[in-house]
Amino acid sequence: MPEVLKAPLVVEFPFTRSLGPVQSAFLTGLREQVVLGVRTADGRTLVPPVEYDPVTAEELSDLVEVAPTGTVTTWAWNHDPRRGQPLATPFAWVLVRLDGADTALLHALDAPGPDAVRTGMRVRVRWAAERSGAITDIACFEPYDGPAAEPGGHDGRFEDMVTGIVAPARLDYVYSPGRAQAAYIAGLAEHRTVGERCPSCHKVYVPPKGACPTCGVATSEQVEVGPRGTVTTYCIVNIKAKNLDIEVPYVYAHIALDGAGLALHGRIGGIPYDEVRMGLRVEPVWTEGGRHPDHYRPTGEPDADYETYKEML
Amino acid sequence: MEPIRDIAVVAFAQSDHRRTSDEHSEVEMLLPVLHEVLDRTGLRAGDIGFTCSGSSDYLAGRAFSFTMALDGVGAWPPISESHVEMDGAWALYEAWTKLLTGDADTALVYSYGKSSPGSVRDVLTRQLDPYYLAPLWPDPVALAALQARALIDAGETDETELAAVATRSRASATANSHAQLRGSVPQGDYLVRPLRTGDCPPIGDGAAAVILAAGDRARELCERPAWIRGIDHRVEAHSLGVRDLTDSPSARLAAERAGAFERPVDTAELHAPFTSQEVVLRKALRLDDSVRVNPSGGALAANPIMAAGLVRIGEAAARIHRGESDRALAHATSGPCLQQNLVAVLEGDTR
Repeated sequence: MPEVLKAPLVVEFPFTRSLGPVQSAFLTGLREQVVLGVRTADGRTLVPPVEYDPVTAEELSDLVEVAPTGTVTTWAWNHDPRRGQPLATPFAWVLVRLDGADTALLHALDAPGPDAVRTGMRVRVRWAAERSGAITDIACFEPYDGPAAEPGGHDGRFEDMVTGIVAPARLDYVYSPGRAQAAYIAGLAEHRTVGERCPSCHKVYVPPKGACPTCGVATSEQVEVGPRGTVTTYCIVNIKAKNLDIEVPYVYAHIALDGAGLALHGRIGGIPYDEVRMGLRVEPVWTEGGRHPDHYRPTGEPDADYETYKEML
Repeated sequence: MEPIRDIAVVAFAQSDHRRTSDEHSEVEMLLPVLHEVLDRTGLRAGDIGFTCSGSSDYLAGRAFSFTMALDGVGAWPPISESHVEMDGAWALYEAWTKLLTGDADTALVYSYGKSSPGSVRDVLTRQLDPYYLAPLWPDPVALAALQARALIDAGETDETELAAVATRSRASATANSHAQLRGSVPQGDYLVRPLRTGDCPPIGDGAAAVILAAGDRARELCERPAWIRGIDHRVEAHSLGVRDLTDSPSARLAAERAGAFERPVDTAELHAPFTSQEVVLRKALRLDDSVRVNPSGGALAANPIMAAGLVRIGEAAARIHRGESDRALAHATSGPCLQQNLVAVLEGDTR
C-alpha cells in the first residue's frame, strides 16, 4: 500500500449577512458606543437583543439603551487563545449581564490571570479603536470598580444604519483521500490509470472510491485501465472560465477508458471541436510535470461501435 | 401517547474510534460498520426499506460530503434515502417517524465523522450564531467551561467530582473495545479553566449504524428487540446568556415526552461530552445512583462527532439485546452547552 497522501485544504469564505431591524440597531449602536437591548412584553430586557422572544416567540422591536458596565455571571479562563478570538493574550471568557439588562452577553475579559476573575465581579466595555458595526466593536471587557454607568436613553435610531456584516471565516484541514483514491493518485504520477473491480458485479470503477455503489460492498482489486478510451458523450464549452488558460470553444467529454466500467471526464484536443463525436477513440496526452492527463486526443482508430459503450452513457 | 406501531432497534455496529484514520476515506471507514450491522440481521442492503444518515460537511471541509458515503449503502438502483446534517441520533428519529407512517418496515441509520482532518474546536465555532458569537470564535471547550463554572458557583459540583465522572467513564470503557480512551487516563492540565483535558472528550474519527424494524419484522430479525417506547427531541434558546446553564429544561421535556419518567430505567447512555454536562443531565433526567450511567464509557471515552449520539442509542439497545438491561434511556445532544437534546426510551420484552 502506498504511503498515506496528505495535502492542505483551506476553506475560506467571507459570509455576507444582512441584519434585521433589531440586530441592525444593536450593531450600529456598538459602532456609536451605545449598547442596546430589546424589551419583552413582560418587561425583561434582552442583551444582546433578538428579534423574537425566546420564551413566547413574540416579535420584539422595543429597543432600550443599557449601561456599558455590568456583572460577570460566569467565566472560564482561556490561557491559550486561538486564532480569531478577541484577545491574543490569555483572557477570560465571560457572560456579562450589563446594568439594565436581564440576560447576559458573551465576550472576553482582559484580566491579568484567573485569580483576578470571579463570578459577580464588576466589568465595563472596552471599545475597539476602530468600529464598523460588529460584535467585535467591543474589543473586550475590563475590570471596573466604579458605579454603574447611566445609560443615555437612546431609542435605537441612528443615521447611516449598518444593514449587514461581512464575517470572514477560515478553516484549515489536512485532507487525506483514503486508500482507494490514494492508489489512483499514485498511479497517475506514473501516467497510469488505476481503477478497482467490484468483487460482486465485477464492474471496474475509475477513479475508485473504495466501494461499489450498486452492490454496497468494498472494492479492493486494482485494475489498470486505458490508456485508450472512447468518447461516450460530450459538450462544447463556449464560455472561458476564470484563470483557465484554454481557448474556447473546446470539448469536454465523458471518456470510457478501455477496461473501465464507467466513464470519467476530460478535455478533448487535437481535433476541431465540431468534429468530436460519440464513439471517437482517444488517448491521454500528458504534459511535463502534469498530475493528470492534460487532455485526450484522437488515436486515429475507427470509431467504437455504439453497442460497446452504450451501458456507460 | 402510544406509538401507532412497535418499532425496535434490532442491530447495532460501530467502528473502533481512533484519533486519526488517514488511510481511509469516509466511505472506507463506514463500509465495515454497514456490513456488520447488516450481517447481524441477515439483511442485504437492497432489503432495507428506508435509509437515513447523519454527518457534517464542516467536519469534512467539503460540500455534499455525505453523497460520497452513500456509495457504501448500494444506492443504485435508487433507494429511499435521506440525510440530516446532525448527529445520527436525529437521523434515527427521522427513520422512526418513517416507519411509523407504515411506508417502510425496516430502516438503516448510519452516521460518521472524521474530525482528524481539521481542528474540531475551530470547526464547531461555525455552528454558532453568526452575528454575535461566531465572530468571537468561542470554541466548544470554552463554552462548556462557562457552564462548568456556573455549576461550581451554584454548588452543584466541584473539580474533584468532575474528575470522578471522567475516571468512572474511562474505567467503564475498559470493557469497550471500540473506545478511544480506556482505563486510567490522567486528569491533565487545564484546557479552558475549570475544565481539564480529562474533563473533555477525545477528538476522533468513527462511525456507527443501527437497523430499525417494525412489529413482527423486528422479532424475526432479533432475538430480543430493543423496543423504542418513546423518543422526543427538544431545543432551547441559542443564546447562552438567556439560559440557566446549570439546568437542561429541553432534556427534561424530551425525557418526559419520551415517557422516561413513567417507570425507572436501569441503564442510561448519556451523550455528555464534558464531565460537567453529565452533572446537568443526571439532574434533568432524574437519574439516581440506582441507574447504571454510561457502561460503555460514554462520550468521554469516544466522541466521534455526528456519531456519538447514535452510539448512545446503539449501546443502550445492545445491552437490551444481550439481556443486560430491560429498560434503558438513551440521550443525544447537539450544539453548545446541551442546546439540543434527544431522549429515547428502549425496552426489551419481559423475560
